Amino acid sequence: MDAAHVFDRMQPALAPLVHETAIAHGVLVLAIEPANLLALVRRLKDEFAFDLFLDVTAVDWPGRTPRFEVVWHFYSTQHKVRVRVKTQAPEADPAVDSLVTLYGSARFMERECHDMYGIDFRGNADLRPILLYEGFVGHPLRKDYPKQREQPLVPYRTAE
Amino acid sequence: MKMDRRTIPIAPDKSGASARERSGAFEFISTKKDELIGWARKFSLFPYPFVTACCAMEFMAVSGTPYDTDRFGAALPRFSPRQSDLLMVVGTITHKQAPILLKVWEQMCEPKWVLAFGACATSGGFYQNYAALPGIDRIIPVDVYVPGCPPRPEMVIDGIMQLQDKIARQRHPILTKDF
Repeated sequence: MDAAHVFDRMQPALAPLVHETAIAHGVLVLAIEPANLLALVRRLKDEFAFDLFLDVTAVDWPGRTPRFEVVWHFYSTQHKVRVRVKTQAPEADPAVDSLVTLYGSARFMERECHDMYGIDFRGNADLRPILLYEGFVGHPLRKDYPKQREQPLVPYRTAE
Repeated sequence: MKMDRRTIPIAPDKSGASARERSGAFEFISTKKDELIGWARKFSLFPYPFVTACCAMEFMAVSGTPYDTDRFGAALPRFSPRQSDLLMVVGTITHKQAPILLKVWEQMCEPKWVLAFGACATSGGFYQNYAALPGIDRIIPVDVYVPGCPPRPEMVIDGIMQLQDKIARQRHPILTKDF
């Protein structure tokens, strides 16, 4: 079964949970409301065999409301196809549901996304810094983080 | 048969020479303490490779047989900072890694020298962001900078030779700060 068949079968089945679908570069893109996330991903995993969670990241759109877009990628090792799930998160409370109950590997990837964009994943109890360090203020991949702002851990030497 | 020593230096006839001449040993040489110690130290560099990034490939190339840093007495990496006297910082240092680099440098015994290997260790290279330390000289003193992304092995060898010249010209206090 090739990708087009899989997507043709998925789209009507998932239509109630999705408000926009598209196929971009051979990837099925599902734009959803944040509230439908867990229900949708559970069906992707159980009914359509998307057994591999590839990544979660975010996009910062300064000036847009809601400001953040959170993006997940999944792969089906059975059908050899990928799906992208997108939703949005507001600037005031950038929170979405965590996928740790469905995919154990979400634990670390959500920590990274929390480091870089400050997205809160409800249900992930361990959002400590993973790539950054304790004491780092702000989220460096947000567009409003100043490019040259350094937060050194070691005090710089003074000129001799 | 009496042979001419100058024409046949390999097997000189020493039958008529004194015992001291026959042994061929130096009785004494005249030099300066700093020059003597500097000469010894510059040919016995024990590098500690603090290798973090892609420059490591070039470090391996320069350590390998074709370029052979052994010629400069700088071949044997010591993987303990306490046994080494040349800290080679090879690659990008991030702010998160800076405390580790400082700790390694502080563990090295005097005399010690630091070589910044590559553009990132020298100045942060093309990284100018939240993560990268803009040059290791922000936290530790550096003796020789080798630029390049990555540097050619010839540049590294040139850096080692410049460091050797620097060591040869340095003061080498061994007992007190004056001697």
